[in-house]
Amino acid sequence: MHPALSVIVFTVASGAGFGLVALTLALELLGGVPGLGATGVLWAVAGGVVLATAGLLASTLHLANPKNAWRAFMRFRSSWLSREAVFSVLFYPVILLYFAGMWTHGATDATAWVYIAAVAALLLAAATVFTTGMIYASLRTIPQWHSALVPANYLLLGVASGAVLLTGIVAISGGGTEAVGQLAVTLVVLGGFGKAVYYYWIGQPQGPSINTALGMTRGRVRLLESGQSAPTFLDREFGYQAPASQLRWLRAVVYLAGFLLPLGMLLGLLATGQAAYAVLAVASMLGGLLVERWLFFAEARHTVNLFYGRQRC
Amino acid sequence: MKLGLVIDMDTCVGCQACVVACKQWNTSGTLGPLTDYTPYGESPGGVAFNRVRSYEVDVFPHSKTVNMPMSCMHCETAECVTVCPTGASYKREEDGIVLVDQDKCMGCNLCAWACPYGARELDEAEGTMKKCTLCVDRIYDELLPEADRQPACVLTCPTGARHFGDFDDPESGVSRLVRERGGQQSLPEMGYNPVNRYLPPRNRPHADQHRGSAPEGLAERLKGWLGLSVNR
Ligand code: SF4
Ligand code: SF4
Repeated sequence: MHPALSVIVFTVASGAGFGLVALTLALELLGGVPGLGATGVLWAVAGGVVLATAGLLASTLHLANPKNAWRAFMRFRSSWLSREAVFSVLFYPVILLYFAGMWTHGATDATAWVYIAAVAALLLAAATVFTTGMIYASLRTIPQWHSALVPANYLLLGVASGAVLLTGIVAISGGGTEAVGQLAVTLVVLGGFGKAVYYYWIGQPQGPSINTALGMTRGRVRLLESGQSAPTFLDREFGYQAPASQLRWLRAVVYLAGFLLPLGMLLGLLATGQAAYAVLAVASMLGGLLVERWLFFAEARHTVNLFYGRQRC
Repeated sequence: MKLGLVIDMDTCVGCQACVVACKQWNTSGTLGPLTDYTPYGESPGGVAFNRVRSYEVDVFPHSKTVNMPMSCMHCETAECVTVCPTGASYKREEDGIVLVDQDKCMGCNLCAWACPYGARELDEAEGTMKKCTLCVDRIYDELLPEADRQPACVLTCPTGARHFGDFDDPESGVSRLVRERGGQQSLPEMGYNPVNRYLPPRNRPHADQHRGSAPEGLAERLKGWLGLSVNR
């Protein structure tokens, strides 16, 4: 699949943004974010909202006819993309309500409605990231995406990058990073583990073959000619193929920049308490995740390729 | 009704006439235009509803060339419709034809991703999704003579490799062809249940292959040549 920059930025930014919001609210509901006061919590949530919004705006760049984007709310009952659109837009009034509550009451557990707004915002943030993953996982045409591992990875990586961001915010605001730092370490390890399982799972092409595509199952099949003299939409959208060596190399980058380096930086932060470590962890993780998302597309093989001579998807 | 096509892979010669006829009819049809990008430039390309690709099956001397024309299969489990967030993509109750409402489409490409057959192409100039309409603007047109109320590709095929009809009627031409010739679906394991069927090549022995004999010796050939020249 063609790795479109707008979708890569969208999924990484909205994942991290919603992850930051969900994690901050979850800790707040459990009795307060360790090392962060009420103002700090507000800043963290606001930062998450800004990041998620930037991502959602980037996603509209992917549309060829954005003037009809408002119609994307129409098919909630069948389309995961529609569900994502609905959840992401419902999130805004709820988070505004939460901000209003914090403004007037100063604490999440001051009154019931602020508390409920926090719970609702947390659920909507998680639902948005989950539905993003399901857009891909629901496609049977791309065996590398058609798995529960995909939404699981989107959720895990979203909340892991959110945790690293939260650690960065706590560190910069001068609070104690012990607890959030340990939480971030756990989530980064979990996220890296989830990604490793995914890479292992997509290792062998298992999908449909060129033989069943043509209905010629008794002999070898190869493409003689595609009947076109110039690339088409199908080539541009589905025909993207990176060299195997590049894919291997980039996977190493994902492990290194996305997981190992942030892990090292977080451990450095826990050992020394230097805020610079946290900033480096954030930068490395987000960069690594951009590469991870690029690979998510570049390694996906759509069944259309069978008709262009690929033996198996 | 369950309208669709039967395509005979035994008789199709891969001449691309249906591709041209489709483009010609549909560029001014319901889902038109089928935009061309740089039509007079170095690599002209553009939207098409129907494409014909050629394959070699098996290896020489048992190989066979097979041509496979492909357009929308008007699947019974049309996930291109399920995934569409705007409701622009729909499958008609009355005849099963899958269409895209050009006024509602936002050009998100998700339906093209969901289609296993590459039947949907984004019109990059218009920003909307285009696909085969089964010539919905021909087959019901009562101003046309009855014999002409068929998709343009079917009418134009010089070898008669394309057939159009109702698969719900067990006695229709298409149903009979599928029964008698073992009509197949493409990628049946995907579960989209495509309506269009492909008739596999008939199982015939290959043409005899003549082996040449070793050339005659020089003396023999000289004698033959002499005989010919003297006769004249
Ligand atoms: S062939 Fe593709 S576009 Fe046509 S109905 Fe099936 S899934 Fe949809
Ligand atoms: S490209 Fe258009 S028709 Fe296809 S899923 Fe998106 S909105 Fe629906």
